[in-house]
Amino acid sequence: MSTETLVPYDEALARYEPVLGIETHIELGTTTKMFCGCATEFGAEPNTQVCPVCLGMPGSLPVTNRAAIEGIIKIGLALNCTIVEWCRFARKNYFYPDMPKNFQISQYDEPLCIDGYLDVEVEGETYRVEIERVHMEEDTGKSLHVGGATGRIHGADFSLVDYNRAGIPLVEIVTKPIVATGDKAPLVARAYATELRELVRALGVSDVRMEQGSMRCDVNVSLMPKGASEWGTRSETKNVNSLRSVERAVRFEIERQAGVLDAGGRVIQETRHFQENTGSTTSGRSKEEAQDYRYFPEPDLVPMAPSREWVEQLRAGQPELPAARRARVTEEWGLAEKELRDIVNAGALDLIEDTIREGADPAAARKWWMNELSRRATEQGADLAELPVTPADVARVSGLVAEGTINDKLARQVFDGVLAGEGSPDEVVEKRGLKVVSDEGQLGTVIDEVIAANPDVADKIRGGKVAAAGALVGAVMKATRGQADAGRARELIIQKLTS
Amino acid sequence: MLNEHAAHGTAAAGQARGGGAITREEVAHLARLSRLALREDELDHLATQLDDIISAVARIQEVAAEDIPPTSHALPLTNVFRTDEVRPSLAPDQALSGAPAAEEQRFRVPRILDEEA
Repeated sequence: MSTETLVPYDEALARYEPVLGIETHIELGTTTKMFCGCATEFGAEPNTQVCPVCLGMPGSLPVTNRAAIEGIIKIGLALNCTIVEWCRFARKNYFYPDMPKNFQISQYDEPLCIDGYLDVEVEGETYRVEIERVHMEEDTGKSLHVGGATGRIHGADFSLVDYNRAGIPLVEIVTKPIVATGDKAPLVARAYATELRELVRALGVSDVRMEQGSMRCDVNVSLMPKGASEWGTRSETKNVNSLRSVERAVRFEIERQAGVLDAGGRVIQETRHFQENTGSTTSGRSKEEAQDYRYFPEPDLVPMAPSREWVEQLRAGQPELPAARRARVTEEWGLAEKELRDIVNAGALDLIEDTIREGADPAAARKWWMNELSRRATEQGADLAELPVTPADVARVSGLVAEGTINDKLARQVFDGVLAGEGSPDEVVEKRGLKVVSDEGQLGTVIDEVIAANPDVADKIRGGKVAAAGALVGAVMKATRGQADAGRARELIIQKLTS
Repeated sequence: MLNEHAAHGTAAAGQARGGGAITREEVAHLARLSRLALREDELDHLATQLDDIISAVARIQEVAAEDIPPTSHALPLTNVFRTDEVRPSLAPDQALSGAPAAEEQRFRVPRILDEEA
């Protein structure tokens, strides 16, 4: 079905106004599942974390995990939501093998958290994304479709189901329609997903790893002619699994729907799938009949009525949230906007802050993490945080430089040693003999030798060509294996030859 | 009638169901949702039975007054929670013991139609 005519993005935006809606599912990082005591470890052998409750066996009864409810309340509070005083779980009935109970426990018309917002920034401008609801539910099992085109539902001969994921606490966050973003719509969508991920990560309630599926976005897009007041029909692109894909999916849908509308067609309300390799979306099932889940209040679980004391206690325990933190470090470290963005993107914010807490000065902490160590992480294809060097190590190295025991060049060798597992910075300095040669007598001896070995250069300097000293400084550094103070060596060379 | 209930969700779940409770078409719709392949004669049979059952239950309407909120839970309890501690799971062979078919330590199920939740 590649008969679609895409309208170039700018042209589409000249005629149409996009309206977005984003539904995000986040798996909470609790130790056990939502309604049973099965472990939730990612990547476990299939069907090793299952029990009668999450397999939906007759007679089993769910009991709500308190930690999951605390997790969703923390998310709700961070999103400026009202935490309702009373609500129920609802049974969402559907017959599909990813849920062995033949229903999913969810929430319907009584979500736990309502009416919040999240401010996101795009190109220096703030957009307020309003949150409709945040509700609690359980994740489904994972199906592997075998036969036909492998991994695809179409043409599969049979499916193999692993229920380890079934019943893992899942929080669904639904935005209100996001309007008036114009050509920034794809960026706003991405910024929202990014900020939401940062927020939830800061709360420590989920690892929010999109590539592992612990955060997944469904992106709704519709177009209306510019100046119109009635929204168009929306498409829903499911399970978009990277931040970049969120942006691309919105962009593609704008181009595609503009093509449909320009041709006098009608956008079909349907589910679409994002294709990572082409950046396009393809049509999923179009619903023959309206979804009919026959929701009703879950009879096996009593209502939840989070006390105001509990909610306030959770509010008081909230950590500093990303937006507040960014404002603080920008101020404290004297950063430009771009510098802050680089730090955040490099995943260095925590590391730098911890390094400063260990006594390093902000500029030095930032310099080591963002230059030297970032380079090494890139070389190894690792995340900065995965390098076998701690903020305390970096603080110690920067302390050694500050006190003059080593210089920057030696510091790099210290990092070599630490990363190679040779021990703490002090141990590496000791073992590798990396101290700056600050003994003037010893340095003087080396300089005398270097002068003697390079009579031509020495003569030039004597004749007034002070710039030639560089060659001798280089020789001194080489002779001391980088351990001399280059500036001091230069001073001494010139002193010896010109006075 | 049932479609209307679905549309209104839980709010409507406890409300009036009236007499002449369920049609044959509605039973066919429910069967489709439940992935049950009912024969024509089974549909006739079940429609009649279900109609009787629902009509019987509907008699509750005769006593339910406007100002009585629908009851979803008989127990006067809220906030029943457990601590986040691991309990033993089943061994995979136990978990799969009731499965009609298993493969690669997974439940093997028939080809899934082109639809999902």
